[in-house]
Amino acid sequence: MEKFTTFTGIAVPLKRSNVDTDQIIPAVYLKRITKTGFEDALFASWRNDPEFVLNDPAYKHGSVLVAGPDFGTGSSREHAVWALRDYGFKAVLSSKFADIFKGNSGKQGLIAGEITDEDTEKLWDAILSNPGVEITIDLVHRTATLGDLTVEFSIDEYTRWRLLEGLDDIGLTLRDESSITDFESRRPNWMPKTLPALGAK
Amino acid sequence: MTKTNLTLAEKVWNDHVVVKGENGAPDLLFIDLHLLHEVTSPQAFDGLRLAGRQVRRPDLTIATEDHNTPTVDIDKPIADPTSRTQIEALRHNAKEFGIRIHSLGDIEQGIVHVVGPQLGLTMPGITVVCGDSHTSTHGAFGALALGIGTSEVEHVLATQTLPLKPFKTMAINVEGKLRAGVTSKDIILAVIAKIGTGGGQGYVLEYRGSAIRDLSMEARMTICNMSIEAGARAGMVAPDQTTYDYLKGRVHAPEGTDWDDAVRYWDSLATDSGAEFDAEVFLDANTLDPFVTWGTNPGQGVSLNDVVPFPDSFTDPNEKAAAVRALEYMDLVAGTKMKDIKVDTVFLGSCTNSRIEDLRAAAAILKGRTKAENVRMLVVPGSARVRLEAEHEGLDKIFLDFGAEWRFAGCSMCLGMNPDQLAPGERAASTSNRNFEGRQGKGARTHLVSPLVAAATAIRGTLSAPADLEEN
Repeated sequence: MEKFTTFTGIAVPLKRSNVDTDQIIPAVYLKRITKTGFEDALFASWRNDPEFVLNDPAYKHGSVLVAGPDFGTGSSREHAVWALRDYGFKAVLSSKFADIFKGNSGKQGLIAGEITDEDTEKLWDAILSNPGVEITIDLVHRTATLGDLTVEFSIDEYTRWRLLEGLDDIGLTLRDESSITDFESRRPNWMPKTLPALGAK
Repeated sequence: MTKTNLTLAEKVWNDHVVVKGENGAPDLLFIDLHLLHEVTSPQAFDGLRLAGRQVRRPDLTIATEDHNTPTVDIDKPIADPTSRTQIEALRHNAKEFGIRIHSLGDIEQGIVHVVGPQLGLTMPGITVVCGDSHTSTHGAFGALALGIGTSEVEHVLATQTLPLKPFKTMAINVEGKLRAGVTSKDIILAVIAKIGTGGGQGYVLEYRGSAIRDLSMEARMTICNMSIEAGARAGMVAPDQTTYDYLKGRVHAPEGTDWDDAVRYWDSLATDSGAEFDAEVFLDANTLDPFVTWGTNPGQGVSLNDVVPFPDSFTDPNEKAAAVRALEYMDLVAGTKMKDIKVDTVFLGSCTNSRIEDLRAAAAILKGRTKAENVRMLVVPGSARVRLEAEHEGLDKIFLDFGAEWRFAGCSMCLGMNPDQLAPGERAASTSNRNFEGRQGKGARTHLVSPLVAAATAIRGTLSAPADLEEN
């Protein structure tokens, strides 16, 4: 994973609450078996509406989404993060994220920064008064800066460290492999076991 | 400082810590059971291949096909080439990595959250994960069951562990006795309406109280299933005799002294009397009505005896705006009686309500009655085994005589990844879990209901409770 320190790009106001992952990427796009190429699927249904924010030329090349509360609720589909990433988004700011979405973002290097409802309103006002304006996401200082306006966002310390270092989770866990083996040797016998694959030796 | 009085969730958590996280790092937890399906796993297997990694514990992993599978003509090749490709990818991956798979046509094929419990793989006190948010279902057994993303699926495949941050705990206390016609689906819809779709965020919910104790395992699974709709990471019910009676004798359930050891451990899991929850919610079962949704998120629900709410009745500006938008999408006028809402389709199925008990409850109402004209009813059992069991009991005949379609097992119209979709503008009473815009088909409108309300609605053609049938 690439290291993330700061990023500057066009801010997009998404003035909706409860943006669930079915809206971020409808289920019909989940049939692909690749991990990239989901840019066309992002907000696919809403993009049919000419009034939708990403259809506004000012925001078309947006890369920082400022959304209402309860962003990423519903399905666990990581495709939602892939679609945002493939479209070009590097960060989403909201006052509340669904847990699974937040976790998935951290795995893919998409910043899910939590800001207050008050700061969400301030950012929306600032963006709407100057459509296409750029915003700087600074992960080192946990700030989002748009012109004179700087707001702080929160992101859990461990995720922040991993993103700053560009570290891969599996690699980190495998450093503890001997602890896993040790734990496995202590598991009680009644624990569930599946059957071997058919045709396996 | 170590707490002496612990909740159910904390006990299961503590017993699975492989490495305790320090300085803000998450704990590394061992995963006892990993369930796979075709939609969220192909990219995880690709990741393993790219890194030259193996599946660490194929013996703790099981796969089935559910999201994409057709519910008719299952003996023929899957018509949609992209669905077929995804299912073939799962079959290929299971073979390459030595994982047991229950494919379409197999007696154990079905919705992953119906299959795990049915096989007896889901047990109290274990950790369960699956790349599907409704993994919370398995919490009904007192398991800590988490929905995860594809990167985490890859992580579990490679290491059989997950780094997880501790959760907060919330008690959902439901005391009293449910009235006739009121079910566990109504409890959970009422809970979500009360705490909101983000109310459980960061929490593991524990459902407690006399009303929960009285519920069957199927009914508990319905409640835990929709914990995610309240934003929670998981939902749990402490194991008791009901749990043990359900488990005993199932294919993968422990036997002999293993069973005795297991029960001794399971009996120790209930939340200690002095344990404190980070939050508590109370719901009175005695006064609960059948609950249905009117909007486009599962928190937008009311009693079936109520009316479509007025947006101005919400004080929170976000909720008010969401209500305005939802009414427009749902094509509803505030003040309309919920019972006056006409539906086009009734869907009985999904990991929320497709178990044998759900089918029995609906069939008991439909038996000898006539379907409303112009209403289509789709009955999709949760697994091939549930389908067979239902046929053995003659339920299929009741559904078919009533005029419903009797399908093969899968996720079906809950999310419409297969051809089972609503047409634009169509309105459904659905026993599934999400009423999001476009969830059941582009432009489709969904009202979430219990199997009993689904059955009564199919008879009357408008959202109805079983009690409404007796009045006629």
